[in-house]
Amino acid sequence: MSLKLGVPSKGRLMDKTFDWFARRGIGLTRTGSEREYAGRVEGIEGVSLVLLSAGEIPRELAAGRIHLGVTGTDLVQEKLPRWEQQVEEIAALGFGQADLILAVPRFWVDVDTLDDLDAAAAAFRARHGYRLRIATKYHRLVREFLMRGGVSDYALVDSQGATEGTVKNETAEAIADITSTGETLRANHLKVLGDGPILRSQATLWRSRVAECDDAQRATLKALLARVDGDA
Amino acid sequence: MTDRSATLARAAALRARFQGEGAEVVETPILQPAGALLDLYGEDIRGRAYVTADALRGEQMLRPDFTVPVVQMHMARGGSPARYTYSGEVFRRQEQDEDRANEYIQVGYEIFGGDDPAAADAEVFALIAEALSEFGLRAATGDMGLLLAAVRGLKTTERRKAALLRHVWRPRRFRSLLDRFSGRVPMTPARKALLAAEDPLAGAGPEIGCRSRAEVLDRIAALRADAEAPPIPGHVIEALDELLSVRETAPFALEHLRDVAVDLPAIQPALDRMAARIEALAARGVDVERLDFEASYGRTSMEYYDGFVFGFYAETRPDLPPIATGGRYDALTRQLGQGRAIPAVGGVLRPGLMQQLAGEGAP
Repeated sequence: MSLKLGVPSKGRLMDKTFDWFARRGIGLTRTGSEREYAGRVEGIEGVSLVLLSAGEIPRELAAGRIHLGVTGTDLVQEKLPRWEQQVEEIAALGFGQADLILAVPRFWVDVDTLDDLDAAAAAFRARHGYRLRIATKYHRLVREFLMRGGVSDYALVDSQGATEGTVKNETAEAIADITSTGETLRANHLKVLGDGPILRSQATLWRSRVAECDDAQRATLKALLARVDGDA
Repeated sequence: MTDRSATLARAAALRARFQGEGAEVVETPILQPAGALLDLYGEDIRGRAYVTADALRGEQMLRPDFTVPVVQMHMARGGSPARYTYSGEVFRRQEQDEDRANEYIQVGYEIFGGDDPAAADAEVFALIAEALSEFGLRAATGDMGLLLAAVRGLKTTERRKAALLRHVWRPRRFRSLLDRFSGRVPMTPARKALLAAEDPLAGAGPEIGCRSRAEVLDRIAALRADAEAPPIPGHVIEALDELLSVRETAPFALEHLRDVAVDLPAIQPALDRMAARIEALAARGVDVERLDFEASYGRTSMEYYDGFVFGFYAETRPDLPPIATGGRYDALTRQLGQGRAIPAVGGVLRPGLMQQLAGEGAP
């Protein structure tokens, strides 16, 4: 059996992952038509490419259906509660950098910290009769962060896209989302809270701790890790 | 692994025992509307309870405990004094520790009403202690009423007291509020500038979302008023720290707390209740001379206990959660009773853990 490497199936994340492996002498290419998710690996024997949505790669690693996978730290930590026991970080790939942050409207000049957010949330609930809504798709990470920070009287509302627009559209009062440059936040009149990001993320190569390996796969893994270990 | 039928038999025996003490057997639905639980516990409950939904009833939770549905049932009935017992599964979402059960049996005993809270506290504790006597467990006790009384009695603004009361069950946030209100942590230069600004909203960007400009200005007014209010004096903070650090056997703890009350006179009535409880426990045959009391016990558990709190622990098995827990939750009945309130105290046991301990005792 070949060693399975999971890589995001489209976009910049795929292109940059292919570039990163290419610099280490491993050629990854998509084959077939534009719409067919099939791939080829050159420059190393016994590795097969599995093209997946970046969001599914943590689950596949945790289930042991792929041996290696490239995806963001944010997705691994959101989807795998015991991620340290399920996957091992092999290499940070140096792209896809983004922070998971909490942001509120810029005109909330009274809110700079979690302490302020908590006080504002209490007053908001008393006045409006419902809890201050925070739009996000990172429910677990945000909830744990706010629990550690002792913030209450908030509610998480699910937002799978265009999260920065939810405040203006009045479906949320604040947001928690991934941002790299902060440009979208500024354009939507939002500012980042000052307590630091919930998480710093970047594209990372992970090894599944649970995927089973036969002797051939183990040898291939060793060879591959030797190749990706050095800087290129 | 413990045998489920043995656990169920043990649960039935416990419930029958409580029934024999005069408690009425009650059942509650397993699926609970999520709204009441979310209102009570906030978003944190989603990390602890399984949430499901359908298109008609919306979000529902697999019951994470019996207390909320039992209180709701009692209040709906009119709220006259009663004793209840129940037995059934509760469900707890586990995200960190695979070894912790996500489904287990709880048996409970709850007392609503009555005019002798000390006797009711002692009754619940003693009945549970008797039911557990064969296991030689360590009992931990505390009293959330002390800290609540101390905060309510502080000579400071109502707003500060409300903020502290809101976070009594979140020790870290409580501490950071105290640091701020006592002036231990100075105001940041940015915050000083904001409060001094003639037009704090100058250049702040457009008003978007449901939290209005008026709400922002209200909070700034509140922050300005708070900056004017005198700090909570250092000796009061020290007395609060002293109160929270009390950890002795019950009679010594009471004596120690009487000293603390010199600086925090507002806890005097709570101490009188504690003294009455110790007497009532002794009258029930509890060895109070050897009963542990920790003033901060119960601060990090589910946030509805507001008086007596207790737990029973297997010292030989530190890996196990408490075998039984309970406490007084008068405020919860007010919250769920739509204006009506009734004194309430109760506790739950975990027959599955008891079964595990019994198994270990066997040859």
